[in-house]
Amino acid sequence: MEPVLEVKDLSISFTQYQGGTRRRELPVIRNLSLTVEAGQVAAVVGSSGSGKSLLAHGILGILPYNSHMEGELRYKGQPLTPKRSEALRGREIVLVPQGVTYLDPLMKVGPQLRGGRRDAQAKARSRAVLERYGLGAETEELYPFELSGGMARRVLIATAAAQSPGLLIADEPTPGLDARAAGRILGHFREIADQGAGVLLITHDLELALTIADKVAVFYAGETVEEANASDFSAGRLRHPYTNALWNALPQNGFTPIPGAQPWPGEEGSGCPFAPRCPRRTEACVGEIPVRSVNGGRVRCLYPEGGERP
Amino acid sequence: MKHRLIFTGKKLIRMALLLLGVSLAAFLLMSASPLDPLQTNVGQAALGTMSQEQIAKLEEYWGVNDPPLQRYLGWLGDFVRGDMGTSLLYRQPVSQVIGQRLQNSLWLMAFAWVFSGLLGLTLGILAGASRESWGDKLIRGWCLLISSTPTFWLALVLLIVFAVWLGVLPSGLSVPIGVDAASVTLGDRLYHAILPALTLSITGVANIALHTREKMIDILESDYVLFARARGESKTSIILRHGLRNVALPAITLQFASISEIFGGSVLVEQVFSYPGLGQTAVNAGLGSDLPLLLGITVVSAAIVFGGNLIADLLYGVVDPKIRRGAARA
Ligand SMILES: Nc1ncnc2c1ncn2[C@@H]1O[C@H](COP(=O)(O)OP(=O)(O)OP(=O)(O)O)[C@@H](O)[C@H]1O
Ligand SMILES: [Mg+2]
Repeated sequence: MEPVLEVKDLSISFTQYQGGTRRRELPVIRNLSLTVEAGQVAAVVGSSGSGKSLLAHGILGILPYNSHMEGELRYKGQPLTPKRSEALRGREIVLVPQGVTYLDPLMKVGPQLRGGRRDAQAKARSRAVLERYGLGAETEELYPFELSGGMARRVLIATAAAQSPGLLIADEPTPGLDARAAGRILGHFREIADQGAGVLLITHDLELALTIADKVAVFYAGETVEEANASDFSAGRLRHPYTNALWNALPQNGFTPIPGAQPWPGEEGSGCPFAPRCPRRTEACVGEIPVRSVNGGRVRCLYPEGGERP
Repeated sequence: MKHRLIFTGKKLIRMALLLLGVSLAAFLLMSASPLDPLQTNVGQAALGTMSQEQIAKLEEYWGVNDPPLQRYLGWLGDFVRGDMGTSLLYRQPVSQVIGQRLQNSLWLMAFAWVFSGLLGLTLGILAGASRESWGDKLIRGWCLLISSTPTFWLALVLLIVFAVWLGVLPSGLSVPIGVDAASVTLGDRLYHAILPALTLSITGVANIALHTREKMIDILESDYVLFARARGESKTSIILRHGLRNVALPAITLQFASISEIFGGSVLVEQVFSYPGLGQTAVNAGLGSDLPLLLGITVVSAAIVFGGNLIADLLYGVVDPKIRRGAARA
């Protein structure tokens, strides 16, 4: 079967003006590749500022006007042109945004769920979808500021589930929720995937992502450094030094911090962006780094663990 | 409901205190003024030919010799009892003078207020929604040009173009010259109000349009508009469904705040067009040391401006769900 979403060599950059006149291209995402299959939850894990939200906006075709996108996007086998993504977004491809600020502060929940439609069918549908997420019919009459954090999150999911999407993109859907509430929210995404949709879960929280994801793409400074199966993590089959470091930084795995910091967009040198922080780097790491398949996953590293040793 | 009443009551008390402050400030400024009421109103030459008795009588009439505090307290005492005193210049009760002039001005200001509000809002929304297009640049350029043009200068330009060159509109006054008051029609009045009202509106539009444009741009860059786009809403739908709704609150504030600007503008505009409104009368009262009239005008116009702000606050409570629902629960 065709994957729901294929992203190949995606690059996104911004045009910036320095001192008013000097134009500069600021690359934020470089050569990113990723696939999401139907019925699958694919997680994209990366730290703040690594370009996760931009990836989501790029797929939806809603990048800011001063940005430039290159590469290949395919939805269910067909190229995702700007025109096609405009036709699909909101119906086939839906977004669950990060927080309550993505709801119109002056519009009641009901009309926001229905997105401008007023017919009886739309009403019945918004009722049903609220109920599905444990929200009563009275929620329709509330304004966003009257929702609790968890309710707002469920309303946002409801906006997406009110359609029957082929692809759901969730951008950081759980910040500010305690572990149990976050687990429940993620459970809803698993459910949507189990019904046949592809789910792209974007988060900085590896631990939470692993609770529902089938596979994980690890994002570093605008690049996917590794695509791994979820089971690879606990089985110790990780490939990229950064993925390993992320895994070891989790509380239950020793809480080992990674020294250094992720480079800012435009400040990466050539070659591997992780090299300055990498224990396995050599001089060769400043050159071109190809992507290769190792143990059923993909990694962008010259010296992956589980591959040949340096 | 109780919550709202307390809110309104507090606002009213504040308004009374502010009016007291404003009248005191106006009084202090006037007593510090170097203008000698006798010289300005009677004239240097006439004064020279008068006898001491006559001068003393006049001095008493203009209140030159009373201590300032006594004059102010006397005025305040009468005002609280509902008596605004008698205008020294017009020799009529102040309330009557103000009533007449306000009627003339109200035409002017109400027209300018509504017109500049509607046009400014529309232009601002259009410019903000089509940011950086030639339409936006045109609107913004025009607004910047207008708001950097002094009001009296704009009034003069319009006067020269429409009254002098084209000769289609009258150059001044609120009624035709040489026609008795009874036969002046509403049409005459409107005809005479066109130029001053237009001048006032044009200045008002610029400010409202520029502010509305900023608000609209903020809204279009907000998270909720991004999400609306992600949900497939068209640009038109976004502007109609989210843009208008969210621009409404700042628009109310802008619109009612513009009352004070229109008042200020009317002083200059009425002067240029010799339009016998409140603004022109205020200038006369100030220059002529007509204390009761000036204080009366100051208090009445301040009350109108504060009243506007109060209405804006109350409207806010009706429009903003946060205040409305908050009040419903209290
Ligand atoms: N309009 C813009 N112009 C220039 N740079 C931008 C713009 N929007 C985002 N960026 C840059 O792109 C980078 C990635 O932004 P993005 O919002 O995708 O990060 P993120 O991974 O989602 O982070 P977070 O976890 O904090 O949400 C950031 O470093 C940011 O500075
Ligand atoms: Mg983000």
